[in-house]
Amino acid sequence: MMRSRDILGFATRAATAYPMRTGLMMLAMAIGVAAVVLLTALGDGARRYVVREFSALGSSLIIVLPGRTETGGVGAGSFVTNTPRDLTVDDAAALLRAGRVTRVAPLVLGNSEIAYAGKLREVMVIGTTTAFADIRNYRLGQGRFLPEEDWRRGSAVAVIGATLHQELFGAEPALGQMIRVGDRRYRVIGVLAASGSGLGMNADELVIIPVAAAQALFNASSLFRIFAEARDRDAVPAAKTQILDILKARHDGEEDVTLITQDAVLGTFDRILGALTLAVAGIAAISLAVAGILVMNVMLVAITQRTSEIGLLKALGATGSIIRLVFLTEAALLSIAGALAGLLLGHLGAWGLRLMFPVLPAYPPDWAVFAGLGTAIVTGVLFGVMPARHAATLDAVDALSKR
Amino acid sequence: MAQIELDNIQRIFQLGDSEVHALQDVQLRIDAGEYVSVMGPSGSGKSTLLNLLGLLDRPNDGHYRLEGRDVTTLSADEQARVRRERIGFVFQSFHLVPRLTAEENIALPLLLAGISPHDRKARVAQALDDFGLAKRGDHRPDQLSGGQRQRVAIARATIMQPAMLLADEPTGNLDRATGEEVTQLLEALNGRGVTLIVVTHDPHMGERAQRQIRMEDGRIDSDSKRPAP
Ligand SMILES: Nc1ncnc2c1ncn2[C@@H]1O[C@H](COP(=O)(O)OP(=O)(O)OP(=O)(O)O)[C@@H](O)[C@H]1O
Ligand SMILES: [Mg+2]
Repeated sequence: MMRSRDILGFATRAATAYPMRTGLMMLAMAIGVAAVVLLTALGDGARRYVVREFSALGSSLIIVLPGRTETGGVGAGSFVTNTPRDLTVDDAAALLRAGRVTRVAPLVLGNSEIAYAGKLREVMVIGTTTAFADIRNYRLGQGRFLPEEDWRRGSAVAVIGATLHQELFGAEPALGQMIRVGDRRYRVIGVLAASGSGLGMNADELVIIPVAAAQALFNASSLFRIFAEARDRDAVPAAKTQILDILKARHDGEEDVTLITQDAVLGTFDRILGALTLAVAGIAAISLAVAGILVMNVMLVAITQRTSEIGLLKALGATGSIIRLVFLTEAALLSIAGALAGLLLGHLGAWGLRLMFPVLPAYPPDWAVFAGLGTAIVTGVLFGVMPARHAATLDAVDALSKR
Repeated sequence: MAQIELDNIQRIFQLGDSEVHALQDVQLRIDAGEYVSVMGPSGSGKSTLLNLLGLLDRPNDGHYRLEGRDVTTLSADEQARVRRERIGFVFQSFHLVPRLTAEENIALPLLLAGISPHDRKARVAQALDDFGLAKRGDHRPDQLSGGQRQRVAIARATIMQPAMLLADEPTGNLDRATGEEVTQLLEALNGRGVTLIVVTHDPHMGERAQRQIRMEDGRIDSDSKRPAP
């Protein structure tokens, strides 16, 4: 029986003898594999980006929102609440009694107009307390954050974001200046350090004032959210229980709040983007199936071109299985070469993506690389079977008479 | 016991509704080491007979015993093995693999038989020497003359030291002088004991064989032996 090394050698010679055909087939495979690698790099990069951004939120953060939803994750209904009992500043203050909770910040949110020296702008206004800066990891560029004071008092001071500072004051000093927000005046006591963009609200364009001041400004007695921070990540479940117990007691025994933790949010996004990556990989894999069909056609053409050679091999005593093996090996070789070329191409593309979008960690996940290579080689061989079978069953006399 | 024994061989091709009797009732004995020429008009069944002898084709009826063994009932793989080990083919159009060098073409049967690269090398080198191709080993077929190509093909046909050589118009694509050269080469191989069966249209070549078979309409018309000199 023919040695496997000789089969490999013979198939290699055959594959390299027709560069046009070989090139075409490799290209089809390469594009398929490159698509898998590149698209999953994009998908997984996006997933990692989002996860990283959410991690910046703080892993021990618990967000309390009014109203009850079924799950703790971010689903369609997460932010839609039914018959909510308002959260109040007193609710927030009560949470400080929870042993596992280290910091609490109530949150009021609204849009208003900010004015300084004749310049007007729409801004998002946050009403909160001192602890918010630590919970959100805000760093100050100048001055200081909101002072410790009675949460119900609300002195007329404001902290502004870096972009806002730039737009309203330019090079002028902002600290100590009076700005107007809505129909009230506030003294600027701090400017946040530029943070770049973040998910959700962009801190660079915020105005932050004491919670009582914001409630007065928006004429509201309720809170938008309460931000609480557990002692550490491990304390989050216990802290959640304590928070729920306290609020339940304060709300006549009714559990009418929803707690969102970073883990839950992250888990949801992780799942959504993971599924997206998988779907994208699946679509890319379809191109591999198309490549497989091309492999089949190219091999069939090759067999037609080399019919008399097949006849000769039979006359020289090659069995059907040897001929099948020779052509199958050829198809496999071409697929493997194409897949490897595609891998290279995909990695190059991912590298290009990372150059273009430095914030996106566009690395193809290992599973996608293996799946891409595997699918390419398996389809190549699978679609090589039919042509190889065909070659093996050719009639020797007929084959020999072809030229 | 003759090397080749054909009994009542029928070979019928189905062409649409009509049947072509390419071979009818062929009865033939050929001894080991014989030199046989097969002649006859076009379409008389010469190639069909040769393909059958070479196990490339199966008869519709009748028996073919090769070296005492009934080979008509062998499986395809067993027939391939017999071809590999006992039969050498020489074709009119040479049938060299165009992308392979002379050396590699000659080595093909050894490759198929699973001979080690080391042994292959030695045997191919010897063959190149024997057939005056020592300087042409690394040439591809398109870099060789017609005569050289046929010599490569003959070297390939004999590299496994077969018991018989089947040649279908081996000089058909060659000029007279080169054809003569190739014929002498085949005869020299026959002189060393290999059974040689040549299909030819060339009466001069046909007459050189000790035994001449004439075919007509799928039947053996005449079978004459020239008395040994
Ligand atoms: N595969 C086939 N299908 C149908 N008919 C065939 C086939 N092969 C051969 N024949 C017919 O069988 C007959 C014998 O053919 P064969 O090739 O043996 O003739 P030949 O003597 O070799 O002729 P030539 O001298 O032209 O080569 C012819 O009539 C031919 O048409
Ligand atoms: Mg013929």
